[in-house]
Amino acid sequence: MKKLLLGNEAVARGLYEAGCRVASSYPGTPSTEVTECIAKYDEITSEWAPNEKVACEVAFGAAVAGARSFCAMKHVGLNVAADPLFTSSYTGVNAGLVIVVADDPGMHSSQNEQDSRHYAKASKIMMLEPSDSDECLKFSKLAFELSERFDTPVLLRLTTRVSHSRSLAEVGERVDNGLKAYEKNPAKYVMVPANAKVKHVQVEKRILEQVAYCEAEAVEAGLNTVEYNSKKIGVITSGICYEYAKEALGENASYLKLGCVYPLPEKLIKDFCNECETVYVLEELDDYLETHCRKLGVDVKGKAEFTLLGEYSQGLIRKVILGEETTSLKADVQIPPRPPVLCAGCPHRGLFYTLKRLNVTVSGDIGCYTLGVAKPLGMMDTVLCMGGSVSGLHGRNLANPEMASKSVAVIGDSTFIHSGVTGLIDIAYNNSNSVTIILDNSITGMTGHQQNPTTGYNIKGEPAAAVSLEKLCEAVGINNVFVVDPYDLKDCYDNISKALSLNAPAVVISRRPCALLKTVKHNPPLKVNKDKCKSCKMCMKIGCPAISMKDGKAEIDFTQCLGCNVCSQLCKFDAIE
Amino acid sequence: MNKSIMIVGVGGQGTLLASRILGSALLSKGYDVKVSEVHGMSQRGGSVVTYVKYGEKVYSPVVGEGEADLILAFEQLEAARWLSCLKPDGKVIVNTQKIDPMSVVIGDCQYPEGVLDAVRAAGATVVELDALPLAVEAGSPKATNVVLIGAMAKNTDIDKEIWIDAVKACVPEKFLEMNLKAFELGYNQ
Repeated sequence: MKKLLLGNEAVARGLYEAGCRVASSYPGTPSTEVTECIAKYDEITSEWAPNEKVACEVAFGAAVAGARSFCAMKHVGLNVAADPLFTSSYTGVNAGLVIVVADDPGMHSSQNEQDSRHYAKASKIMMLEPSDSDECLKFSKLAFELSERFDTPVLLRLTTRVSHSRSLAEVGERVDNGLKAYEKNPAKYVMVPANAKVKHVQVEKRILEQVAYCEAEAVEAGLNTVEYNSKKIGVITSGICYEYAKEALGENASYLKLGCVYPLPEKLIKDFCNECETVYVLEELDDYLETHCRKLGVDVKGKAEFTLLGEYSQGLIRKVILGEETTSLKADVQIPPRPPVLCAGCPHRGLFYTLKRLNVTVSGDIGCYTLGVAKPLGMMDTVLCMGGSVSGLHGRNLANPEMASKSVAVIGDSTFIHSGVTGLIDIAYNNSNSVTIILDNSITGMTGHQQNPTTGYNIKGEPAAAVSLEKLCEAVGINNVFVVDPYDLKDCYDNISKALSLNAPAVVISRRPCALLKTVKHNPPLKVNKDKCKSCKMCMKIGCPAISMKDGKAEIDFTQCLGCNVCSQLCKFDAIE
Repeated sequence: MNKSIMIVGVGGQGTLLASRILGSALLSKGYDVKVSEVHGMSQRGGSVVTYVKYGEKVYSPVVGEGEADLILAFEQLEAARWLSCLKPDGKVIVNTQKIDPMSVVIGDCQYPEGVLDAVRAAGATVVELDALPLAVEAGSPKATNVVLIGAMAKNTDIDKEIWIDAVKACVPEKFLEMNLKAFELGYNQ
């Protein structure tokens, strides 16, 4: 039966049908829904892990113990999981291990545009890349087979448009072959140098076997496909670019579609190039396939004609290859930009307003609160990576100790558990005069409300042990821990001022659940008393999307306002009721 | 011949649900369908777009410049922002609601006057609809998306029954009655 499935949903279905038994992931756009969908299958034990490294290690452990296992992450998550990834290539697996990594060309929701295919090559781990939901499902199943056949983890690479597009996928039944027997085998699973040297030889041999598979069997399996039409133009491509190319060029071109992007075939590529007059390599981000083609000595066109930046499209391909320009309409008005903002009622707003009043330097982190960078709050100086705010602040304060009382780090509850706590240990251990603010909104927000180790619930919404942030901070050696309510501006201001004045390591926990959580009760929307409003625009300084100026007076949009009362604390004329 | 529809609006307006209802209806007609959504960062009050493409066989899930047959805009400014994706003979169905972007709220920019006149002057066929009051009439401002789906349904060759089944398939039971009313109000405009 065919169903309209999101790419990520189809991956989950494929993993399910393949008899996957254990799943552990950390959420990250655009990968999150794979694990959310997995959690709906009771046959699979699924969990959120504190970070991608833990998730990858959990999945690895389960695979060695004999269960088909998987973990999913976004591209930057693979940086965090890189340590177990590289060595799992040497140990191999017992039951299959599939690692989903979702890249984000165009950076719809990411801090960089790194190309995960390099990780496959660097770690010598086979990587498959589907181009639509049907392939998401089929390749996920195939990935388990290949993992067990070649005794290796298998990476499944997605990109935003594949992850977040719905298309038809052929759905089947689950086949669960049970737990594979585990046998103690230190030569295989204990990577001390003597064993690793032997394993490395096997890894190189495995790659040659996989190349042979890619040349022939993979073609029969529909993983690598060759489609000859007009041979004037040949296209070597993979993933979503195949869909763009087919739409742009149709039967005016021939296609070599590589469903396996590591390792890559040689003969298949050379034969295809010999058949076609002009061969284009169509791939988003880096010149990964193109470099391989050039290494083989075949003449291809690629990045010189296209781009290393952002996404491709059918329009771009038509323009570059066919020289076709599209005509488009344009409205003759200035269109103001509309970037994302902190939601109405967001607890982070009161906190950032307080930081603005305190005029501090803010070492920022990854999450909804990164939007604190936007005007009118504009309270973020640096954002690097998950957890980077805390350790970065310590470094900043080492370089310039005089500024320590005017600098803070901000980090969300989930991000703090992910990798902020290690930075805080560094601060406590080295007695750094640094103030870390944990924005505890009781959920992993930006990725769409996932539970985490601080929330007291697991991935299925069942009660679970909850990390006490206060006790954790105290346990690592922080003796000054404050808890504030970000809806209470005075409370925030007084306690953060106090923390900054201590000349000692301190943590402020800004605690208030995300306003979008279904369990959160809201006050009725506020109204502006137009007679009392003096048009001073104080309420506009917090950047609430529910407040605007209409005919010279402030106005609150009743459809958006959640009655958080942050704006009313700013109004000197009691005009907000 | 494949058709392309774009649903554009402001994060939080419910464009995702609208695209799912549309996808479900098209699927019932036996078309190959692709729906492309944007999740994550773009949800938070930013400009959002969903692509729905259908026909005998659809390849690319996205819609580029000059490729959309129809744009369903949940907000005026967003209709203008995405207009370059419309085919020269394409149609825009637009909710006349105006939502100030933060750049306007803080006074960096002006919300332009005569947005829809400019869209019309550019050559697009424009169908206007004030969906918010209709959604409130149906029971909640949150049903604006389904009012707009109703209005769009009227402009397609798909039977009303198929649309109603699609709404039923995509909306939680608890809110079904309200959403069916919202659909009717949009459809009868």
